[in-house]
Amino acid sequence: MPMDLKVKKGLKLNLKGDAERNLVNLGVPPKIAIKPPDFYGSIPKLIYKKPDVHVKAGDELFFSKYAEKTKFVSPVSGKITAINRGAKRRVLSIEIEPDQEQQYKDFGKSDPLKMADDEVKEKIFSSGCGAFIKQRPYDVLADANDTPKSIFISTFNSAPLGASFEFILNDKMEDFQTGLNALTKLTTGKVNVGVDKNTKSDLHQLENVEIIRVSGPHPAGNVGVQIHNTDPINIGERVWTLRPEDVAIIGHLFNTGNYYPERTIAITGHAAPDHSYYRTIIGAPVNFILQEKVDDSQIRIISGDVLTGEALDYDTYINFYSNELCLIPEGNKHRMFGWLPFVDNSIPSMHKTSLSWLFPKKKYEVNTNTNGEERALVVTGEMEEVFPMDIYPMQLLKACMVGDIEKMENLGIYEVIPEDFALIEYVNTSKINAQQIIREALDQMLVEVG
Amino acid sequence: MKAIRKQLDKIREPFEKGGKLEKYQPAINALDTFLFVPKYTTKNGAHIRDAVDLKRTMITVILALIPALLFGMWNAGYQHFTQLGQEPGILEAFLHGASKIVPMIIVSYGVGLAIEFYFAVKRGHEVNEGYLVTGLLIPMIMPIDIPLWMVALSVIFSVLVAKEAFGGTGMNLLNPALTARAFAFFAYPTYMSGDKVWVSEASNVDTVSGETILGSLASGKEVAYNSANMFSGMIPGSISETSTLLILIGAAILVFTKVGSWRIILSGFAGAAVMALIFNSLPSLGVEGNALTNFPWYQHLIVGGLAFGVVFMATDPVSGAQTNKGKWIYGFLIGFLGIMIRIFNPAYPEGIMLAILLMNVFAPTIDHYVVEGNIKRRKNRLKTQPAKAA
Repeated sequence: MPMDLKVKKGLKLNLKGDAERNLVNLGVPPKIAIKPPDFYGSIPKLIYKKPDVHVKAGDELFFSKYAEKTKFVSPVSGKITAINRGAKRRVLSIEIEPDQEQQYKDFGKSDPLKMADDEVKEKIFSSGCGAFIKQRPYDVLADANDTPKSIFISTFNSAPLGASFEFILNDKMEDFQTGLNALTKLTTGKVNVGVDKNTKSDLHQLENVEIIRVSGPHPAGNVGVQIHNTDPINIGERVWTLRPEDVAIIGHLFNTGNYYPERTIAITGHAAPDHSYYRTIIGAPVNFILQEKVDDSQIRIISGDVLTGEALDYDTYINFYSNELCLIPEGNKHRMFGWLPFVDNSIPSMHKTSLSWLFPKKKYEVNTNTNGEERALVVTGEMEEVFPMDIYPMQLLKACMVGDIEKMENLGIYEVIPEDFALIEYVNTSKINAQQIIREALDQMLVEVG
Repeated sequence: MKAIRKQLDKIREPFEKGGKLEKYQPAINALDTFLFVPKYTTKNGAHIRDAVDLKRTMITVILALIPALLFGMWNAGYQHFTQLGQEPGILEAFLHGASKIVPMIIVSYGVGLAIEFYFAVKRGHEVNEGYLVTGLLIPMIMPIDIPLWMVALSVIFSVLVAKEAFGGTGMNLLNPALTARAFAFFAYPTYMSGDKVWVSEASNVDTVSGETILGSLASGKEVAYNSANMFSGMIPGSISETSTLLILIGAAILVFTKVGSWRIILSGFAGAAVMALIFNSLPSLGVEGNALTNFPWYQHLIVGGLAFGVVFMATDPVSGAQTNKGKWIYGFLIGFLGIMIRIFNPAYPEGIMLAILLMNVFAPTIDHYVVEGNIKRRKNRLKTQPAKAA
């Protein structure tokens, strides 16, 4: 029986620049890059220390120093052209020039439902698909030695200007189902799939998984909200999460034996030259996807959604997990008397000190201005309005700021990751960087508790 | 606008990093950001931010205070002239009040902001906007005839002891404006209570009986005002506390803009009503009571500083309870204790001031128990779950 989850708290942000349902197939880009910093918390050990080596799609490039079973593989067949390093010789990216004809390492076709649990796990982690699995608590890569109490995937993207997974998965349903079948072998509990209750799609008919029909404003689609309200994480427990298109890549691996990391990227934001879905390979260059020159000093290019993504330069590569490139103008301009109440109502605001609430249907054009300076936490009650969890967000943030481990544990740090605080970061009057505070607290917990 | 911006950028130059006056950057920032929203952009994380900031929030509180402030100016003049047996015009009354109150506001802002700027430069943080509200609140809750040097001294005491000693805006335990009043109240009682201080220049005239209603009740005199007077605020009292009507308009602004907590305001009035009703019911229990206990409960709500305190002081988010459940308890107890102090100890007719300061101290305790409940729920979840094989 599908479960219904109705989320009441949150905020629906109407922004201009949604992607249209128009799929453009770009194929394999002329160059791709895998960026180890995308895999937060893992330290890469390179297989090839020097460039000019030829690899097949699925060949191992590096593995994680402290979780050796997690392999990171090449998304394409081609020649490694550069290994870029930063301070302390940290590997920043591995660039590969793809072949004209793609060759794949053969991992063998198989039906995961007929395989033993360990075989499925071995296949997923050795083929590089382990990189798609994130673990909660801490928001780090899953460890192949763990068995999670459950697995969650949310196909409901409630984020402002978020890419529609229903559209992305439309022609990948078979792979998606196989991928889910494989995931059922990794956990003692259930594989849960959150779907948008208000759409009629094939996602409601998925098998072997628990369907959670979610409705409500953002962050209803966040997997963290779905976990918290259906099967919350307690001290010592592990839950794994994946992004929907990545599950389809795992399914494709089992159905064909090939690692074929296709990525469908929605171009959104009102500063974007056009708004479509582009299909290419993981690690494609930004300029290949955007196709039109964008001045990144005046326009912010965000890999991911507008609340949680990472700012990229035009000449770099899209992040490993992103299904979206969001372009909005930089807000590096002064506004005279912009702090007066009831003025500048063209900037969206949850607060009633602006009149923007009078236009609920209006699609807003936003920029990156902070609309004020950072201050001590003064206003109370606003965070709770956009935080649909039974957690006191401000108290937790304060515990994180002072690094009080016991308090953080008590207040529910294991149940949250930075993206859960994205809306809080957006609405809060004091302009604090809530996501960074949570990230640093999780890092501290990792070191001291593990 | 561009020309002003250019000028400002020029003035700023010596204050920028590496400049001669770099140390004083917070001071120039405070002035600059008062004119312009800065051009800062987000870095990572949430790339967009809500239009609200602390300046906007604080100015909204000031907007909510203005009706009560303007009425307070008029009422100060009105009380002055009617007690002398004259019939003042609206403008005449207003100007008389303004001539007393505007200097108080200037002193309060001047002294308070000077200290704020000093600490901002000294500690290297930005000037917080909190004092914009505090600085206006302090004159509004003082008697009309208080000397300016007393206002200055109260401001110094409250900003130093109630605020900066705790670490500045956002960290203070007590409401700074009420601390200023409490300081003046205990340091200079003759200027803060009695029957001569509530009407402007009353001490120069013998015939004036300018007692507050609570003062008359405590000393067993007849109350010369009806409920309509009390609600509209044409009665003696601290400058802006008298008009419940205009305070409620301010409350509507605060509640509508969600800047003030409706939970605290509502439960504050409810707590006061409950306490007053308990005292009102004494005669039916065979206890005679006195003029204060038998004062009708609805009139308790519209006299004295109750309305002003509950709406503008108790809702201070920093010194009040911070959890939603806690706000209900905190507000209720303020009203409840405020009336209790008012009735039990007629020497302190400002029961509400003491009740709010007392509850300021207990607010963290209330929050602690509310949050503790949440923690317990989380721990129980672990206990009730069947042990699963790892």
